[in-house]
Amino acid sequence: MPKITYIDNSGEARTVEGKNGMTVMETAIKHNVPGIDADCGGACACATCHVYVREDFLGKVGSPSAMEQSMLDFAENVKPNSRLSCQIKISDDLDGLTVTTPESQH
Amino acid sequence: MGSGPRTIAIVGAGQAGGQTAYSLRQAGYEGRIVLLGEEPAPPYQRPPLSKAYLKGELEEDRLYLKPIDYYAEHNVELMTDSRVERLDLAAKTVELASGNRLAWDALVIATGARPRRLPVPGAQLDGAMELRTLADVDRLRPRMTSGARMVVVGAGYIGLEAAAVGSQLGLHVTVLEAMPRVLARVAGPEISNFYAGVHRAAGVDVRLGARLEGFEGQTKITAARLSSGEQIACDLALVGIGVHPNIELARDAGLDVGDGIVVGRDHRTSHPDVFAIGDCAFRPLVHYGREGRLESVHNAIEGGKIAAAALLGAPAPAEDVPWFWSDQYDLKLQTAGLSTGADLRVTRGDPASRSFAIFYLAEGRVLAVDAVNAAPEYIVGKKLVAAKASVAPAELADKSISMKDISARALS
Ligand SMILES: Cc1cc2nc3c(=O)[nH]c(=O)nc-3n(C[C@H](O)[C@H](O)[C@H](O)COP(=O)(O)OP(=O)(O)OC[C@H]3O[C@@H](n4cnc5c(N)ncnc54)[C@H](O)[C@@H]3O)c2cc1C
Ligand code: FES
Repeated sequence: MPKITYIDNSGEARTVEGKNGMTVMETAIKHNVPGIDADCGGACACATCHVYVREDFLGKVGSPSAMEQSMLDFAENVKPNSRLSCQIKISDDLDGLTVTTPESQH
Repeated sequence: MGSGPRTIAIVGAGQAGGQTAYSLRQAGYEGRIVLLGEEPAPPYQRPPLSKAYLKGELEEDRLYLKPIDYYAEHNVELMTDSRVERLDLAAKTVELASGNRLAWDALVIATGARPRRLPVPGAQLDGAMELRTLADVDRLRPRMTSGARMVVVGAGYIGLEAAAVGSQLGLHVTVLEAMPRVLARVAGPEISNFYAGVHRAAGVDVRLGARLEGFEGQTKITAARLSSGEQIACDLALVGIGVHPNIELARDAGLDVGDGIVVGRDHRTSHPDVFAIGDCAFRPLVHYGREGRLESVHNAIEGGKIAAAALLGAPAPAEDVPWFWSDQYDLKLQTAGLSTGADLRVTRGDPASRSFAIFYLAEGRVLAVDAVNAAPEYIVGKKLVAAKASVAPAELADKSISMKDISARALS
């Protein structure tokens, strides 16, 4: 099972087991990982599941859809490695994926 | 933070009630939290019930707002299958259907809303259904098999989303709407016409101005009968004609109620230790200088956060512009603001391209936006609504001016 690591704003890291097909957002919620609000539950409508993907995984997570990209274009504190975690589906390829959560989702 | 009331009882374990518990614990509240819910499931999200979950694409536990062990781990006493029958504000207790009583120091009412029933003959027949809970989907989904004939009564968001799922699953779907257009209560005519067209193109029979007189059938539903006398044969009918807020507990306890439980900005009711949030609350709409009742995830989450802060004497989080979304087919509608009272509508983009937005203005200021597959319009529109910005209609309509530029000009 692919392992996903979430690093919060204070630098604390939590590694959990993901399940193929579930999203990086859902995996955080399922394991009580703080730092991701996900108000809309993954509908790509709220941008409160923003994460920064560690550079070495940027290629593997693929590129955002047009809708996600537009949501990101207008989100707060966006960086080139910003993604909406509800739009990243877990697969074996993503074993070891590491993401950092922003200081605040609002 | 170790302060706050000793025992907080939350009646209604839905999106708003759940959020209250999460926010209280997140803020460090150490007192007792009892979360009482009538349904068997822990707090879950309803939006997928008319979308991916109805389609069969998600398992039930993916709807849960928190994993089931959250509650024990965070010492939240979740009591499912526990209907509250009565509130006693003088004794500060709630009485459960089991007869048990529970004492509280502060109470949060988060009872949500229930589907309006159709007062027509045959509404009790087997096959006449509604869509609010997981249990409703469990009854509905087995009947939504390819080739089945489904009548959807009421073309609001839930009805249309279910119609889209039905059509995608290969059902023969007829939508009956009494008003001359779909989504009449919630969106402007441009959005209505667009979605009516989308559904018709998908093979859905959309009947506008259609008055339902009743359902036919002995025990099982066999047809919907219109006032014109026409009968539409069907195997199931989904009634989605709006909801009633669950205010009876509050009303019977003597709290101020109208079209919802009346609350102030901090979601406190007419009793200082009782709060009401979510679909059942009639609250100040600070961006519009009036009060109203909202039915949305945004409103449920926000109410939970505001009530939790008030309970702990913490600063209130700022109110967001109301927002909402709807998924139908490959289209995502995103709405910010409330369009009631608009005196002008501006279309940006060509609906035929399936990516466009409608801006609603009053006296030159942006009141609301409905954006179809148009996230920039939604996000900037939301900021314009928050700022009560004035934007020239010609500018909004001009796709050669980017939303970034519009935002920079209007919000600088
Ligand atoms: C099919 C569907 C699709 C939706 N889609 C969207 C969408 O796309 N976007 C969006 O923003 N919103 C959507 N909504 C609206 C959104 O889900 C609601 O606004 C939100 O769930 C309201 O939260 P709530 O906690 O106030 O009420 P609810 O989630 O309804 O929770 C209230 C709970 O209280 C319980 N309860 C009531 N009375 C009692 C009692 N006496 N004792 C104990 N328990 C009681 C109920 O059983 C219920 O579980 C949708 C709703 C539905 C039904
Ligand atoms: S959860 Fe709302 S956009 Fe990801």
